[in-house]
Amino acid sequence: MSTVANAGQLTTAEPRRPWAVSRSKRLLGFGRMLTFAVAAFVATILTPLANFDGWAVAFLLINLAWVIGIASKLGAKERRDAVLRVVITSLAVLAFVPWLSILVTVILKGYRAVYPGYFISDMRTSTPDDELNIGGAGHAIVGSLIMVAIATVVTLPLGILTGIYLTEVRGRLTFLVRFIVQSMAGVPSVVAGLFIFATVVKSMGQYSGLAGGLALAVLMLPTVSRTAEEVLKLVPDDIRSAGYALGARQWRTALLVVLPTVRAGLSTAAILGVARVIGETAPLLLTSLNTNGFVWNPIGGTVASLPTYIFAMFMYGTEYSNARAWTGSLVLLALVFFFFIIARRLGNKSALKANANRRK
Amino acid sequence: MTIVETPEPRQMMVVYSRADRIFRRIVTGGALTSLLLLGFITAFLVMRSAETFRQFGLDFITGSEWFSAGEDPLGGAVEGAVEEVDESVFSIGPMIVGSLVVALIAMLIALPLSIGGALYIEFYAPRSIYRVLVSLLDLAAAIPSLIFGLWGIQVFTAIGVRWATLLNDRLSFIPIFSVEFENFGRSPFVAGCVLAALVVPITTSVSREVYSRTPRDLIDTCFALGGSKWGAIRSVVMPYGKSGVIAGAMLGLGRALGETVAIYLMLNLVFRYSFEILDSAGGNVASMIALKFGEATDKEISALIASGLVLFIITLIVNMIASSIVARTTPRA
Repeated sequence: MSTVANAGQLTTAEPRRPWAVSRSKRLLGFGRMLTFAVAAFVATILTPLANFDGWAVAFLLINLAWVIGIASKLGAKERRDAVLRVVITSLAVLAFVPWLSILVTVILKGYRAVYPGYFISDMRTSTPDDELNIGGAGHAIVGSLIMVAIATVVTLPLGILTGIYLTEVRGRLTFLVRFIVQSMAGVPSVVAGLFIFATVVKSMGQYSGLAGGLALAVLMLPTVSRTAEEVLKLVPDDIRSAGYALGARQWRTALLVVLPTVRAGLSTAAILGVARVIGETAPLLLTSLNTNGFVWNPIGGTVASLPTYIFAMFMYGTEYSNARAWTGSLVLLALVFFFFIIARRLGNKSALKANANRRK
Repeated sequence: MTIVETPEPRQMMVVYSRADRIFRRIVTGGALTSLLLLGFITAFLVMRSAETFRQFGLDFITGSEWFSAGEDPLGGAVEGAVEEVDESVFSIGPMIVGSLVVALIAMLIALPLSIGGALYIEFYAPRSIYRVLVSLLDLAAAIPSLIFGLWGIQVFTAIGVRWATLLNDRLSFIPIFSVEFENFGRSPFVAGCVLAALVVPITTSVSREVYSRTPRDLIDTCFALGGSKWGAIRSVVMPYGKSGVIAGAMLGLGRALGETVAIYLMLNLVFRYSFEILDSAGGNVASMIALKFGEATDKEISALIASGLVLFIITLIVNMIASSIVARTTPRA
C-alpha cells in the first residue's frame, strides 16, 4: 500500500464497519439453524408431529428453547427482546408461506397442460376430459381481455376525473367523494354482479361480455380513482403555481401542465385496476357465464373468461380437466403479474420524475 | 403633520373564467359518478328485493329455511284452474351467521400473522431483502381469490383437516370444537384458514405502510434511552400505528365477508344454525348467492338480490368504519 511506502507521514484509515456481523459468526448462525432443522426433522419422526407443518412447529420450539436458554444469562429486557424476535420472525414466515406455496403449486400443477395450442384453440371440438394436447383456453383469454378492455374504457376517464376533482378542483364534496370511493372499494364482487344482472342483463335480455365488463368496471372504479388521486397528489404545487403565473387558467393548468407530468402514473392507475379485476370470478358467474368457443362480439350472448373457464374446468372434476384448470390459473397469474410489474415500473419512473421536480 | 396612509392590503380572490367553470363542472360530474353508482346499486337492490322483504319481513334475516317451489312447467296458470299455493320459503339466518363466523376465524388467524409480518418487514428483515418482501407482498395481494380456492381445496385441505382433527381430539370438551360426524373437510375452520391466507396480504400491507410512517426520531429516542428493539416497537411503533392497523383489519374483514368463490369451493353450505366450527357445515351469504343463482326461479332471484342487499349493507358498514378511521388518522396533504 502507498501509505506504507511513505510511512510516518500520512496514514489513511481504511473504512471499516465495526457493526457488521463477522463471517465466522454468520457461519456459526447458519450452522446452528441447520442443526436445529435436522433436530426438528428427528422430532417429526419420534413425536406425533408430522409433515412440514409439524416440522415447522418443532423448529420454532427448538429455536425458542435455545433463545430462552442463551438468554438466561441476559437481563429481563434482552431476554424479552430475543424471544420476541423469534416470535415475530416465525409469524412473518407463517404469513408468507401460503403465497409461496400457491406460486409453487400453480407452476408445478400448471405446466402439464401447457402447449402452444393452449393459447390459440378453444374447447368447441374437445371435451374437458380429452388429452391435454387438444383444446385450449384461447377463447377464455380473448374473452377476459375484451371484458377488461370494456371495464378500462369505462373507468379510466371517470377515475381520472375523480382524481382531478380530489386534487385540483377540490370542491365542497371532496371529503364525501373520497369517503365514498374508499367505501366502494369494499363492495363485494358478487353484489356488483347482482347489480349488473338486475340492470344490464335483465334489460338486454341476455348474458353478455358487455355486462361482464360493466360488472368489472364497478369493481375497478375505486382502485383507479384512488391511484389517480395518489399520483396527482405527488405533483408539486410549484408546477401549478408556475402555470398560473404564466397566465394559464385553472383548466389549462390542470389539463396541459399537471396531467402530462403524471402520464405514467395514470397508466399505472389503469393497470393496477386491470390487475385487480382480471381474476374476479363471482361477478362473471352472474353476468357473462361461460362458453366453449371464441366470441368477439361483446353483446352477442355468453362469453368465456379465464376465471369462469378455470372454475368450469375445476368443477368438471376429472384429472385432465383439473390439469386444464391449473394451467388456466398459471396463465391468469402470469397475466396478473405481468400487469403488475408494468405498473410498478411505470410507477417507479413517475415517482422519480416527481422527486426530481421537487428537488428543483 | 402628514399622515402616511398605508394602502389596504388587496383582497385576494379567485376568479374562475367561463372555461374554468365548465371544466370544474365536468370534473365534478365525473367525480360524482361513484356517488351516483353507489346510490344506484343501493336503489336497484332495494327495488328488486322489495317483493321478498314484503313477503317474509324480518323472517328473511332470522329464519333458516330456503325452499324454492319450482315454477309451473306449463308457464302461467291455466284458465279456471285453482291457483296453486306457492310454498317457497326464503330466509338466510344461518348464512349471515356463517359469514360472520368464517370471517371471524379468518381475522383471528390473520391479525397476528399480519402484524408479525409487517413488523418483520419493517424492523427485522435484512435491508437486502426488504424491497423483495415489499414487492412480494404487493403481488400476493393481487393473486385472484379463485386461485386461493383451488389451492385451498387441493393443497391446504389435507393440512387443515389434520389440524382440525387435532383440535377435536384435544379440545372437544369446548362446544365449538365438538362435532357430530368426524368429517372435517369443507368446514368453517378450514375455510377460515384459507380466507386468512387471502386476507393476510391486505392487512399486512396496510399495517406495514402505517408502521413505516412512524417518525424515525421517536424510535431513535427510544434507543437512545436504552430501549431494546422490542421496547421501541411496543412503546412507539405499535401505539403510533394502532388505528392504521385497526383500519387495515376492518378492510380485511370487509373483504372476508364479501369473498365468494374461495368460500364456494371450500365450504359446505347448510341451512341450519351451527356453531361447531370443525363440522363440515357452514354458511356464507356471498357463496350462497353464487351457488343458488344458476337454477334460480324469478322469485328466488329476488330473494338472492335481497341476500345481496343484506351482504352489501354489512360490508358497507364495515368499510365505512374503516375509511373513517383512515380519514381521521392520515394527515391531509
